[in-house]
Amino acid sequence: MRSRNNVILETTIRLVLFIIILFSVYIFFAGHYYPGGGFIGGLMTAGAIVLLLIAYDIKTVSIILPFNYRIMTGLGLLFAIGTSAGAIFFDVPFLTHAFGHIDLPILGDISLHTATIFDLGVYLVVVGVTMTIIQTIGEDE
Amino acid sequence: MSLLHLAIVAPLIFAILVPFFYKGFRRIHTGWFILPLPILLFVYFFSFISTTKSKEVVMKTLDWIPSLGINFTAKVDGLGLLFALLITGIGALVILYSIYYLSKDKEKLHNFYVYLLLFMGAMLGVVLSDNLIVMYAFWELTSFSSFLLIGYWYHREKSRYGAQKSMLITVFGGLSMLGGIILLYLMTGSFSITEIITQADVIVTSPLFIPALICVLLGAFTKSAQFPFHIWLPDAMEAPTPVSAYLHSATMVKAGIYLVARLTPVFAVDGLWLWLVASFGIFTLFWGSFSAVKQTDLKGILAFSTVSQLGLIMSLLGVGAASLHYDGLDDNIYVVATTAAIFHLINHATFKGSLFMVVGIIDHETGTRDIRKLGGLLNFMPITFTLAMIGAFSMAGLPPFNGFLSKEMFFTGMLRVLEMDFFSFDSFAILFPILAWVASVFTFIYSMILVFKTFTGKYQPEKLEKKPHEAPLGMLISPIILASLVIIIFFFPNSLLSDNLISPALASILPSLVTEETGFMVHIYQWHGFNPELFMTLGVIAVGILLYLTLPKWRRVYDLFPEKLTLNRFYDGAVERAQTGSFKFTKSFMNGSIRSYLVYIFTFFIVILATSLFYKNALKVDTSELATIGIYEVLLALLIVIAAVSILFAKTRLSQIILLGAVGYTVSLFYVLFRAPDLALTQLVIETVSVALFLVCFYHLPKLRKEENRVRFKLTNAVVSVGVGIVVTLIALSAHSNKFFSSISQYYIENTYEKAAGKNMVNVILVDFRGFDTLFEIAVLAIAALGIFGMIKLRLARREEE
Repeated sequence: MRSRNNVILETTIRLVLFIIILFSVYIFFAGHYYPGGGFIGGLMTAGAIVLLLIAYDIKTVSIILPFNYRIMTGLGLLFAIGTSAGAIFFDVPFLTHAFGHIDLPILGDISLHTATIFDLGVYLVVVGVTMTIIQTIGEDE
Repeated sequence: MSLLHLAIVAPLIFAILVPFFYKGFRRIHTGWFILPLPILLFVYFFSFISTTKSKEVVMKTLDWIPSLGINFTAKVDGLGLLFALLITGIGALVILYSIYYLSKDKEKLHNFYVYLLLFMGAMLGVVLSDNLIVMYAFWELTSFSSFLLIGYWYHREKSRYGAQKSMLITVFGGLSMLGGIILLYLMTGSFSITEIITQADVIVTSPLFIPALICVLLGAFTKSAQFPFHIWLPDAMEAPTPVSAYLHSATMVKAGIYLVARLTPVFAVDGLWLWLVASFGIFTLFWGSFSAVKQTDLKGILAFSTVSQLGLIMSLLGVGAASLHYDGLDDNIYVVATTAAIFHLINHATFKGSLFMVVGIIDHETGTRDIRKLGGLLNFMPITFTLAMIGAFSMAGLPPFNGFLSKEMFFTGMLRVLEMDFFSFDSFAILFPILAWVASVFTFIYSMILVFKTFTGKYQPEKLEKKPHEAPLGMLISPIILASLVIIIFFFPNSLLSDNLISPALASILPSLVTEETGFMVHIYQWHGFNPELFMTLGVIAVGILLYLTLPKWRRVYDLFPEKLTLNRFYDGAVERAQTGSFKFTKSFMNGSIRSYLVYIFTFFIVILATSLFYKNALKVDTSELATIGIYEVLLALLIVIAAVSILFAKTRLSQIILLGAVGYTVSLFYVLFRAPDLALTQLVIETVSVALFLVCFYHLPKLRKEENRVRFKLTNAVVSVGVGIVVTLIALSAHSNKFFSSISQYYIENTYEKAAGKNMVNVILVDFRGFDTLFEIAVLAIAALGIFGMIKLRLARREEE
């Protein structure tokens, strides 16, 4: 039941979608130093997909982005708990994070954090949860 | 993590692998993969015997929650080791037996062995933990695994009933034991049993001592099926027979005995402990054996017999506790009672274990356990008959079986109650030997019923489902091992058990009697002359035979007891009333309307917060440190108020959603104003997503009806909403004005880069400093999403079915 009378919206979204998603990825990675993080990044990605849903319908979107959002949620939880529990194997308390710096040829000084993996879990859960809820309610006719 | 800790949790870890064995090797019985584990553990624990024999104790600590004094301290002493050997030894035999008992084609073996390993690990944890909280955790785990095992054939109504009953009763006891543990902690400041025992003299004067004693005993009595909590054990017989042999006879029901023995040094200072343990034990002994005679189900007989034997051990522990009131071992006439308790504990495990396995064989090969249908099986199953005879005669206390030795010692212990001159025992003391003797007569009778009603008499093939034949060899190995032990222990009790197991166990129960050079010298005699004990045994045999032969004549005694007054009736009534009562109570306020729920929630919110605000005198408005209010803030606040009020008057849902969105977006502007970019971003995106969500949801709702468009004024709702607003405002103002301690923000400012190497404080708090919050929040989010998914998809599926 796709209506064909929102050409302008569809065209704009095709452009804007990538900008939003890229921005959300940027925000996710920037999180540790500048405003952002997994939660906001995840919500923004979900927002982008919702925009896509408004322009197209659920069936089209599920063809464009064939994710199972429930599995995505579980994967996110696995990342978060895995990072937290991983600390135990290094004989430090649960949820202790580690960080370090490495020098890469072109990119220069890069800091690495296990917190980012934890945040990736948060990101995946937020996208997964939002999309699961919207998808199930939206599909229910 | 030491090897000892690993040994305790090994069954729990191994349980994870069971489903893979089951799925991967369908042709091999899963039990074969499990069997090596208990054997290995048995050998491992066996190596500790030389340690405990030399009065040494192995203690290994693994920090768990050190801040609360809760650490996984594994302690191997005489008592713990004895139980550990029982658990792993009987466990190995039971698993071997179960391989032949449970068919690999029909049964869900992976479930069975997972539950069984769960139990084994939990039980090892109970007997080897020195920390009471850790022990409690394992204790409840045994209740859960017992629940799962009783309900193993969950398609049967009676299995489910029995499982629920055992769960309710033992968990009730477990919770009260937790209360007792906490009381002990309040008195001593420690959860460690070793530590608490050293303070036993001090705490006896505490007003919390008696409540702690009663709470702990409730736990022990429910678990060990003492009267009046014994009613769950006969219903637990719905479990597969290997389980009954293992959990409900040899190990789990002895956890209560273990607890009483373990805490004897703490509580025995008080006479109440002696009284309660001894009298409940002796009455349970009598009641169990008396009730066993009227049973017609073989497993029913064994269940009541277990109840009664547990009572026997319990009463011995009670009497034995009197020995702690002597200074040393010389002339200490009550040590024999505790010795008998430990000895009988071992004997009971051997003969009752073999009897359960025998009954399992009869059930397996004939299809029934009803003694009215059985009879004359002697010719079909000669080996089984021999095993049954050894077990039952040992239970009846006949030589040359180990039951005779411990029964004699039991009589000695009970006769010595007569000499007890403290705690006003003297007036009732005569009841102990009398009840002990009467109970032994009944024990003799049901032991005879067990053997002779099944194996002799008329063979009734028409009542049996299958043609009986001897069991396969594999099924016979375990009972044969146990039955041989019954005889071997009779002939060599001292060289096998006295020094190796019994006296180290005594040293743990009665630690104050052990000095550096003297230990407990345990001597068990087959023959000790013509003394009162021997005449009591002879009397039991004579009267027992007489009563067994005249059983049909006096059987009607059992009808005298009115059906209405039985404990089972009482239990069923209580469970039913609890269900209907709570259902009615819940229904009175859960009316299904979200509006009334919100009214409840917010009314509670106002009452509790406003009360504590005024009661604690926290209301305070301090305007000295406020920033000036600018024009932007005023404008935004006005915007929010206007948008919020307009929602009430909006005609369509769409405009309501948009107005609600307006409120949210304006709030995020506030964050921008107050320089909180993270919050502003989050709020913006959240608003966007939730507006989308609302739109998706409202698509499904019916259109607002015309008559509802006119907003009617509802006083309650108005009061509640205004109240919430006022309370929240007051709390915000008071929170700002009251400063009891310095703010934590300085800590974050200093440490965000130092400790977490991040620059964005908000995000560092989220993922690092308060990572636990985030972890649980995303878990809750995931659960909520799955809940919504399940609710909607299930409803769809149901609609399609219709």
